[in-house]
Amino acid sequence: MSEITMNSNAREDSLVLDIRNLTIHYVMEDATVEAVNGIDIQLEKGKILGIVGETGAGKTSVCLSILNLIPDPPGVIKSGEIYINGKNILTASPKEMNRIRGKEVAMIFQDPMSSLNPVLTVGDQIAEAIKIHAHCSDHEAWDRAEKMLEMVGIPKERMAEYPHQFSGGMKQRVVIAIALSCSPALLLADEPTTALDVTIQAQILNMMERLKGQLNTSMLFVTHDLGIVAEICDEVAVMYAGRIIERGTLVDVFNHTKHPYTEGLFNSLPNIEDRKSELKPIPGLMPDPTKLPAGCAFAPRCPYARPECIDTPQTERSFSDTHRVMCSAYNDPSFKIEREEID
Amino acid sequence: MANNILEVSNLKKYFKTARGMLHAVDDITFSLEQGKTLGIVGESGCGKSTTGRCILRLIEPTSGKVVFDGENILALNKKQMAQRRRDMQIIFQDPFSSLNPRNTVMQTIAEGVKVRGEKYKTPAEVEKRVRELMDTVGLAQRLINSYPHELDGGRRQRIGIARALAVEPKLIICDEPVSALDVSIQAQILNLLKHLQKELGLTYIFVTHDLAVVNHISDEIMVMYLGQMVEKAPTEELFKNPIHPYTKSLLSAIPIPKVGARKERVLLEGEISSPIEPGDECRFAKRCPNHSEQCSQKCPELREVAPGHFVSCHNFP
Amino acid sequence: MKKGNSAIDPAQVRRRSQLAEIWRNFRKNKGAMIGLILIIIIITIGATVSFWIDYDKIVAMNIRERLQPPSAEHWFGTDEMGRDLFWRVLYGTRYSIAVGFVAVMVSLAIGIPVGAVAGYFGGKIENLIMRGADIFAAVPGVLMAMVIVAILGANVFNLMLAIGIAAVPGFIRTTRAAVLTVKNEEYIEAIRALGKSEPYIIARHVLPNCLSPIIVRVTLRIAGAIISASSLSFLGLGIEAPLPEWGALLNGGNKFVMTHPYLTIFPGLAIMITVLAFNLVGDGLRDAMDPKLKR
Repeated sequence: MSEITMNSNAREDSLVLDIRNLTIHYVMEDATVEAVNGIDIQLEKGKILGIVGETGAGKTSVCLSILNLIPDPPGVIKSGEIYINGKNILTASPKEMNRIRGKEVAMIFQDPMSSLNPVLTVGDQIAEAIKIHAHCSDHEAWDRAEKMLEMVGIPKERMAEYPHQFSGGMKQRVVIAIALSCSPALLLADEPTTALDVTIQAQILNMMERLKGQLNTSMLFVTHDLGIVAEICDEVAVMYAGRIIERGTLVDVFNHTKHPYTEGLFNSLPNIEDRKSELKPIPGLMPDPTKLPAGCAFAPRCPYARPECIDTPQTERSFSDTHRVMCSAYNDPSFKIEREEID
Repeated sequence: MANNILEVSNLKKYFKTARGMLHAVDDITFSLEQGKTLGIVGESGCGKSTTGRCILRLIEPTSGKVVFDGENILALNKKQMAQRRRDMQIIFQDPFSSLNPRNTVMQTIAEGVKVRGEKYKTPAEVEKRVRELMDTVGLAQRLINSYPHELDGGRRQRIGIARALAVEPKLIICDEPVSALDVSIQAQILNLLKHLQKELGLTYIFVTHDLAVVNHISDEIMVMYLGQMVEKAPTEELFKNPIHPYTKSLLSAIPIPKVGARKERVLLEGEISSPIEPGDECRFAKRCPNHSEQCSQKCPELREVAPGHFVSCHNFP
Repeated sequence: MKKGNSAIDPAQVRRRSQLAEIWRNFRKNKGAMIGLILIIIIITIGATVSFWIDYDKIVAMNIRERLQPPSAEHWFGTDEMGRDLFWRVLYGTRYSIAVGFVAVMVSLAIGIPVGAVAGYFGGKIENLIMRGADIFAAVPGVLMAMVIVAILGANVFNLMLAIGIAAVPGFIRTTRAAVLTVKNEEYIEAIRALGKSEPYIIARHVLPNCLSPIIVRVTLRIAGAIISASSLSFLGLGIEAPLPEWGALLNGGNKFVMTHPYLTIFPGLAIMITVLAFNLVGDGLRDAMDPKLKR
C-alpha cells in the first residue's frame, strides 16, 4: 500500500471516481495528438455518468486511463490524478493495479464478440474472473458464476456452452456478468450497446438499470447516443476535442442546454415526433487533434463565435451547483443560445 | 400503377449452407413510386441488405420478379444488365471500405462518369463533370487529387454519393449510408440526400436499422423480420398505428433524447428462430408477447388492413 | 490511434502517398536498409560487369598460375586452370541476378493471372486450380526444377524457366489469398454496380490492391531462385563450366575443398550475401507494408 497516496480530503470520500486535471497526449514522430486536455470528473456512489461526444473527442482515452491502460508509447499522461475510492491509481504499482482492475473498476467494451475467449466455456470465463480476485475454491467460484449468469438474465443451464453458441446480445450479457463478477465499485461501459440491434439494446439497457438498483455500482457510460443518455444516466458530460465543454445533471444538460455544441448535437438528431422538422447539422469538422487552437476548439464551427473565442483560452463557469459550461460567449450577460429551455 | 418505377414481386434469395437452405429473403413483394423513398428496417441478418442487392442483381435472386421501368430485369442477360445498371445505383454503409484506397477522388468519381461515356468523351470533359459532381455533393474542388485515407468519414461518404450520381441513376439503394457517421456529420449527409432527391427526382430505397433516421427520410416503411416483410405502411401511419408486435417492440425501443420521454418498452423474450429451413409458422412467434396457437401452425399471410397498410399477423382482427 | 472526423485539410498537408509511407517505415529498419544497399551494389555489378571485364580474362586458362592462394595480385586466389577467382565471382553476379529476376518473372507471368482467376471467380474453377497447385507444390521446388531441366535440356534459359515454373504454385496461392480479401471489399461491389466488366475490375481495381504481399514474395523468391540456380549448377544441371555461375564455381572448387578451401568459400560467400540481402529487404518490405504495424 505504500505507493498509494491516500486522498486526504475528507469531503470527497463519497466519490468513487475523482479525476483531476487529466491531460493525455499521444506523442507521434511528427505530431502530438492532444487527446484529453485537462478534464475533471467526479462521480458519486451509485450514479451513472454519461460521457457524450463524437469520434475523437477523447472518450475512450478517458476510460483507458482509469484502468491505467493507456498504450505507452505513444500515450503519455502529461498531468493529472485519478482517484478510485481515494486511491491514486496513476502512482499504483503494477501489482496493486492488477488488484484494482476487476475488483474496484471493470470495463465493458463495444464489441462483445472479441472480448470473450472462444475456446473456453462461458461458465469457465466467469468463474475465472471470480477466482482471480476472490481466492475461493473452484466449486464456490462456479456457484457464484451461476448466480452472476442468472442475474444478467441467462439460465444457468447455459454455463457449459461456448461463446459462439450465444447471440450478440447474450454475449454482451456474459461480458457484463464477467465485469460485475467481483462487484466493482465502478463500471466503465464504452459504447456497450452500439454493436447491438435496437430490441436487444433495449433489453441490455433494461438489465443495466435493474443491476444498478441491485448492486449500487457507479457507472461511466460512454456513448454517442443522446437517446440512451436520456434513458439511463443521472449526469452528463459532453466532450469535444478532449475537453468537457458542458456538464451537469441530465435535466441541466438536456433541458437547460447552454453550450452551442450541445445544442448542435440536439439539432442534428432527427426528431421522431416531428418527421418534417429540418435537421440542422453542425457545419464543418472536428479540429485536427494535433493542432488545437489556443481558444475554444469549437469556435470555427460555432454559429455564435465571437473574435475573442478563437484566441482566448476557455474557463469553466457555473450556472448552478451542478451545471458547468465552458463557453466564453457567456461573458456577455445577455447571451443566449436558440434552443429553448424546458421546465 | 403508371408511375411505379419499381415493382418487386415474390422476390426470394436462398443461400445454401451446411445445415440447409437459409431463407435470407423470403417472398418479398412491393412497389415503389417514382421520386419516393421506401425505408427498409429490421435487425441485422433480417435480409434487408440482401433485398437491396438482389434488386440491383449484385446478388442473383433465387426467384421472383423485379420490374424496373416496365422491364423485368431478372430476365436480362449480362450485357443488357450492364446497360440497365446505369439507372440504378447503390451507396454503401462503410465509407472506409467502399472506396478503392489507391484511387484519388478524381479517379473514383470518373469511374462513374465514364459509364456515361457518350456524353463525356475527352478527359477534359470528364474532369469538368467530376468537378460539377463534387459541387453537387458539397466536396471542395481542391480535394480532387486526394486519396480516401486522407479524408474523414463524411467526405468519403460524399465521394460515394458522387460516384453513384455520376451515372445519372433513377433509383438509388442507400444501404445504411449514415450508420458509420457521427451525428453531426450524419445530419449533413441526410440533408444532402434529401436535397438531391428533390433536385434530381431520385427514388430511394433506404436500408437502415435506425428508426429515427428512417422516420425522417422515408415516405413509406417496410419492416422485415427473418427474411419476410411483416408490416408495410406510410411512415406516419406506421409510427402512429403500428400493428405487428415486432414493429411495436421496435418502435418502443427507440431511445428518445428527452428527459422523461421514455415509454414502456415492449421487451422481447425468447429465442430468435433460425432462418435456415424455417417451417410453416410465424417466424416471430417464439419472441412474440401475444402469440396464439395458430401462430406456430401456419405462417400468416400479408393483409391490407388500411389503405396502403399491410401486416402479416394472425392476431389482428 | 486517432482517425476519422477531423479537419485535417488534405490539400494543405504535405502529400504523403502510400509509397512514401512504406518508404518511411522501411527506412527505420536497419537490416533492411543494409540489404537494400547490398542489392543496389550487386545489381549494379551484375548489370555492368560485362562492360568493364573482358570475357576472355574470365575463361582464358593460365596453367602457370593455377591453384594459387589469395594474394595481393589474386584477391580470391586462382582455380585449377589458373583463372583469377575474384574476377570470376564478380562476373558470376551477372548470371545469378539474371536467373533470379527472369525466373521470378516467369513465376509472376503464370502465377498472377491464374491466382487472380481462382480467387475472383471461386467455385469449381478455383477448386481445379488450387488442387492442381497443391499437387504441383507437393514436389520440392529444386526437384521439380531438376525434372524440368532434365526434360528441356540443361542451358541457361531452360534453367530460368524451370526455376520459375517450380515457384508458380506459391505465387498462385499468394495472389489468390490477396484477391479473396480484396474482392469482398465494398468498393469492388460499387464498381460492379456501375456495370463494368470482370476483366476490367480485376485488372484495374482488384490486382493493384493485392500488390503488397506479391511484392514481398517476389523479393524473397529472387533469393530462393538464386539458391536453386546455384544448387542445380552445382549438381551439373544448370550453367556449366567455364561460365562462372556461382553454383558452377562451387562445383569446380568441390574437388579441392580439403586442399584449397578458398575455391569454395568465396563463391559460397557471394551466394550467401546476395540471398541474405534479398531476404533482409523482403522482410523489411513485409513489415513496412503491414498496416497492423503502423503507429
